[in-house]
Amino acid sequence: MTTVGATRRRAGRRAEKGEGRSALLFLSPWIIGFLVFTAGPMVASFVLSLTRYDAINPPSYVGAENYRRLLEDPRVTKALWNTFFYTALHVPLAMAVALGLAMLLVRLGRSAGFFRTVIYLPMMTPPVAVGILFLLLLNGQVGLINRVLALVGVQGPEWTTDPVWIKPGMVLMSLWTVGSTAIIYLAALKDVPRELYEAADLDGATAWQRFRTVTLPMISGALFFTLIVNTIAALQMFAEAYTMFFGGNDIQQTYANDAALFYVVYLFQQAFNYLNMGYASAMAWLLFLVIVVITIIQVRVSRRFVYYEGEE
Amino acid sequence: VSTLSTVRPPVAAPAPPTGPARPVAEPESAAAQRTPRRRRIMIGVLLAIVSVAFVYPFLWLISASLKPRAQTFDNRLIPNDLAPNNYVEVLETTKTLLWLGNSVLIGLVAALAVAISSAVVAFGFAYFRFRGRNLLFGLVLGSMMLPVAVTMVPTYLIWNELGLASTQVPLWAQNLFGSAFYIFLIRQFFLGVPRELFEAARVDGASYATMFWRIAMPICRPALIVTFVFELRASWTDLIKPLIYLREPNLYTLPRGLKAVLDQFGQGGESKWEIVLTASAIATIPMIIAFFLAQRYIVEGIATTGRKG
Repeated sequence: MTTVGATRRRAGRRAEKGEGRSALLFLSPWIIGFLVFTAGPMVASFVLSLTRYDAINPPSYVGAENYRRLLEDPRVTKALWNTFFYTALHVPLAMAVALGLAMLLVRLGRSAGFFRTVIYLPMMTPPVAVGILFLLLLNGQVGLINRVLALVGVQGPEWTTDPVWIKPGMVLMSLWTVGSTAIIYLAALKDVPRELYEAADLDGATAWQRFRTVTLPMISGALFFTLIVNTIAALQMFAEAYTMFFGGNDIQQTYANDAALFYVVYLFQQAFNYLNMGYASAMAWLLFLVIVVITIIQVRVSRRFVYYEGEE
Repeated sequence: VSTLSTVRPPVAAPAPPTGPARPVAEPESAAAQRTPRRRRIMIGVLLAIVSVAFVYPFLWLISASLKPRAQTFDNRLIPNDLAPNNYVEVLETTKTLLWLGNSVLIGLVAALAVAISSAVVAFGFAYFRFRGRNLLFGLVLGSMMLPVAVTMVPTYLIWNELGLASTQVPLWAQNLFGSAFYIFLIRQFFLGVPRELFEAARVDGASYATMFWRIAMPICRPALIVTFVFELRASWTDLIKPLIYLREPNLYTLPRGLKAVLDQFGQGGESKWEIVLTASAIATIPMIIAFFLAQRYIVEGIATTGRKG
């Protein structure tokens, strides 16, 4: 049976006449959308980043002024620090927890269905609801988490008001929503061929050696994928932080929301609360740059560890 | 920000149904086969304990939403006194029911629009042969990397220019133009379909449009369902767009409304947490029900996103 993909390869350059025009018709929604909602806004965003613009008066050109201000703005520094701190804790912990769960699930085989469902459920909850829920569960006085800690004799911190503990609290919250990552690992673990484990057994490998030399390399593709995706998502943390510590009353301007000032939260405030559209655009480009650089580093470093079947 | 909006495309597409028979249960994985029965029972017990951590917050929420104000934070699983009146109060003092309706409507329109438009584009990439196809498809994939924040401000200005910045239109209209991740997902699916199936229709004189509606769409149904469910979830949970665009409380979606409820009744507000929690429960329960109905597709969809590319 010939698949569309196979024919494509065989047909090579022998493109049928007239197909081009029909193809264009089918592709046109995406092409229009790309021009209007991606390419256009990207160009506009860059031009805006060189202006002062409040969405009411016409923009005035200020050159690189916004970018200069970015580097001097202590709140940008604060927001970047908060974001990096959260990302650096969240990503490895979430991956470790998800991998642990997936390794338990895969040993259960087909009967893991129920637990898989349970672990995924939090992903269906709107981040606003997650934020509200954890605002209360993490509450230092009445929160369930500190009550449980008290049972084992630990005096829990003020997770939602102590600036030192706000981000660790949010990392803890983020571990509740590792369902997607766990399911991706579970799928990867299921694909590990049993011959490899049998070969390892013959060589007298210990459980740890089996994990290091068979399991990890075989799922390194999935690990790499989730590393990139989770990092990009964490760098753009917004909904939970905004729900828990921002919006609403201006009285809320406390130390707490300084500790939870994530980069996209600050960007949002600049753009839509203070109407500094030009400055916000410059902030957006800085974020883009940060994401690209971090992704490139991750790709470079991972290349040494990721094993793809069928290579070499 | 949802993880799924930035996921890299799957490579192994779900196999298209070639015959009436669905594959029977998948074979047990190596890891499961190798685990002795007693070990498995132990792991099951361990997972049951871990599961409590994942389920308990839901139970806590539902339980707290049923307690009178004085007992909201007593952390009892079974309420001492029941206060189902909280639900009546939420529906009377907030617009939660209206917001629920808005969310359902916007979610359905957004999901339907993106499923159909992405399928159209995916078919264009999968079936037709033209110069620059790979380059253009690379652009589709590349556009997935772009952080939403970069285009957020100019996109707002576009809608502002069109006079639609304070309406619900920006929450779904972009979905009419397809979305990179779904285009990839559905295209992968089409690539596994025998080309003869389409060409037979061509020979019979069907137009490309007929071919698409009559043959391509029914074939890619599983991929369409995954797309629909993913986008419904994305739309249902999104906060940032409703924050940017919706000013009028009557237009709020559920997450936006819930944030308003928190600001009014929660911290810094009237301290009627039972209202906040009850509204949260109302925002959470429908998606959980939807999940149970569609979980097979969701789990399959996520599993494919991680396959190596």
